[in-house]
Amino acid sequence: MKLEAKELSFRYQKGSRQILNHFSMTLESGERLGFAAPSGFGKTTLCKILAGYEKPDSGQVLIDGVPVQDIKGYCPVQLIWQHPELSVNPRWRMRQVLEEGGPVPERIMDGLGIERDWLNRYPSELSGGELQRFCIARALGEKTRFLLADEITTMLDLITQSQIWHFLLEEIEKREIGLLVVSHSGPLLDQICTRKVEMDQWT
Amino acid sequence: MEKQILLQVEGLSISFAQYTKGLRRRNLQVIRDLGLTVRSGEITAVVGSSGSGKSLLAHGILGLLPYNASMSGEILYKGQELTGRLLENVRGREIVLVPQSVSYLDPLMKVGNQVRKGRKTAGALERCRELLARYGLPPDTESRYPFELSGGMIRRVLISTALMEEPELVIADEPTPGLDLTAAKRVMGHFREIADEGTGVLLITHDLELALEVADRIAVFYAGTTLEEMEASAFQREETLLHPYSQALYRAMPQHGFQPLAGTQPYAGDSYEGCVFAPRCPYRGEECSIQEIPYREVRGRKVRCIRPELAEMSGSPGKMDRSPDAENLALTERGRMA
Amino acid sequence: MNQRKKTIFWLAASALFLLAVAFLGYLWRDEALVTDFSRKNLAPCLKYPFGTDFMGRDMFVRTVTGLSLSIRLGVLTAAASAIFAGVMGIGAAVLGKAADSAITFLIDLVMGIPHILLLVLISYACGKGFWGVAVGITLTHWTSLARLIRGEVMQLKSSQYIQIAAKLGQSRLQIAGKHMLPHILPQFFTGLILLFPHAILHEASITFLGFGLSPEQPAIGVILSESMRYLAMGRWWLAAFPGALLMICVLLFRVLGESVCRLIDPGSVHE
Repeated sequence: MKLEAKELSFRYQKGSRQILNHFSMTLESGERLGFAAPSGFGKTTLCKILAGYEKPDSGQVLIDGVPVQDIKGYCPVQLIWQHPELSVNPRWRMRQVLEEGGPVPERIMDGLGIERDWLNRYPSELSGGELQRFCIARALGEKTRFLLADEITTMLDLITQSQIWHFLLEEIEKREIGLLVVSHSGPLLDQICTRKVEMDQWT
Repeated sequence: MEKQILLQVEGLSISFAQYTKGLRRRNLQVIRDLGLTVRSGEITAVVGSSGSGKSLLAHGILGLLPYNASMSGEILYKGQELTGRLLENVRGREIVLVPQSVSYLDPLMKVGNQVRKGRKTAGALERCRELLARYGLPPDTESRYPFELSGGMIRRVLISTALMEEPELVIADEPTPGLDLTAAKRVMGHFREIADEGTGVLLITHDLELALEVADRIAVFYAGTTLEEMEASAFQREETLLHPYSQALYRAMPQHGFQPLAGTQPYAGDSYEGCVFAPRCPYRGEECSIQEIPYREVRGRKVRCIRPELAEMSGSPGKMDRSPDAENLALTERGRMA
Repeated sequence: MNQRKKTIFWLAASALFLLAVAFLGYLWRDEALVTDFSRKNLAPCLKYPFGTDFMGRDMFVRTVTGLSLSIRLGVLTAAASAIFAGVMGIGAAVLGKAADSAITFLIDLVMGIPHILLLVLISYACGKGFWGVAVGITLTHWTSLARLIRGEVMQLKSSQYIQIAAKLGQSRLQIAGKHMLPHILPQFFTGLILLFPHAILHEASITFLGFGLSPEQPAIGVILSESMRYLAMGRWWLAAFPGALLMICVLLFRVLGESVCRLIDPGSVHE
């Protein structure tokens, strides 16, 4: 499968700064693409557009030729956000959070080190690293074909970071999921990605 | 030359009273038996994952804990216990906080006014201009409102605000989240400058890599307590680290093998016996999960491990090229930093 | 006793007291109208704790009956008003820009006119009496709760976890039911309870002014306005006791609302 961005342009309000200007890219299944650029460069905005959270002012995002907004139900492009605390409903128990996109196989829970005891807790009773594991498990639903990771381990300690990435890489390889990683850490991208886009090749 | 000890924290514990289901009340221990030292002219970085209770440390030292918290242990500032009167007198003057969040700025007040804390004397005006200029903020920053500034600029405004008083100890609580690498490095560099002028800096952060670039000492924070406090240069090589968790941190760096370690950090309030790291420790023995592990002096540094020798002897699992002069190397590195 | 137990105690005590007033007043509704000239103008005593008036009516019974009517009217109008607020607030937040501007304009309009004036106008237009008051209070008291709910729903709509839910294949209905409703309901109930004291006070005020309930009903406003004429003659008890009891009821409703709020609000959960 192929995730394609064609000539994307975007700015938040009329007259404000142009965040994306005729930006194009493609991501193939099984490919791991790394993005490194300073903040304010619109990486998060790009992720939101690719996953269908925001509409570009012009241009389009296609999954095998189908516009991403036209897809009803579970979206094959899943975005994992930087702040897991904001990505879960604070009034839900973790079991409900985890299964919002459908049942999650034991394999994924084990791989991410999600302890069964956590399922009965509320988000406020878990740390950021633990919550992020749930957010990742939730985004790995059966119908996920592309995964966008926007600084997903920035707030975590190095060991958790390495734990999470080792599992993710294995899972993605097995299921031929295309991955886009945004991170400020060069060494991290070197470890993970098959291809890197630097900021000068950007717009 | 040994620098003067400015702040010494020993056996610090912080807990919260919480309601669980219905009417039952329980005590949630977030920080337990934490110890660290800050010397004048040095940066001590407390490094631990976010959500593990590090920020409470800053608030605890400054006596700014919320109503349902209780604290025990010893906090010495220049050898005197930091409580009551003394705390009132030094807080905001000799000891200042660079807060984590942008929300500490008043959105409706111009930046210059906030840096000067409302004072309009010639001296204050001049000092404020000087500080803003020093941190590379354009002169018109003074008359702008916080929302007009970028994240990096706001961090620098917060630092300026803290330095207005010419403090002796600066406590910085997570100064870099949300900044890109360049901006984060710049902010960290400012803390280095502050320390080089003789001020003590307590840097609380989750980012070990950044902390290593500027800090003199690292206190490794894990599950509400400190496991090891060492010279930052000890992190140059795995062999100079004593605690198995510090070694695991080293190996997990993307440039040092990117090796994961199974298991998770216990969450605040999870009860455990013996060593908090034992369930994940490759060198654990039976005694590790039975007895309380003291934070004790081993080879000139504090370590919370009863068998650091063992960890040191075996080196890293699968990595046997341990050099015997690692200790000496650490000392040379230290010389460079000073 | 910890803070939470105290809160629950106060909540139960005020709820019990108010329920007792409402129930007793309903039982005594005929007794409140009994006139007996052999006992007229009595000062407060053991048998008639609030004294009697110029027609020999037992003022205690009349006051409780009046308050009971007020409470029942309060329940009705607060509920109607809160539901109206809910519909308007959610409508403003989800029906798009045009609906939002229209509803926000309406909120500003209603809030811009002094409450009591609008209340008198609506009550008068509806022919005064019970329904006049009910409609008047309902139509004037929904605004602040509607504004609150609108804000909440707007904020929820843009919150990260709800946007994610949509991408995980949750339908709009599922999101509204599973994410939004549990969040809004507590606020809604707190708002509803805090509407009571307003409703009751306004009912008493416009009845006092003569634009509300009819004079033959033992309403608290009627009692107070009748007592005005006798105050100068030294019959202070005719106004003082009913007035005090009215105030107690209103204050207890506040305690009730604030207790509920404190039990629900996560910010003060661990006090």
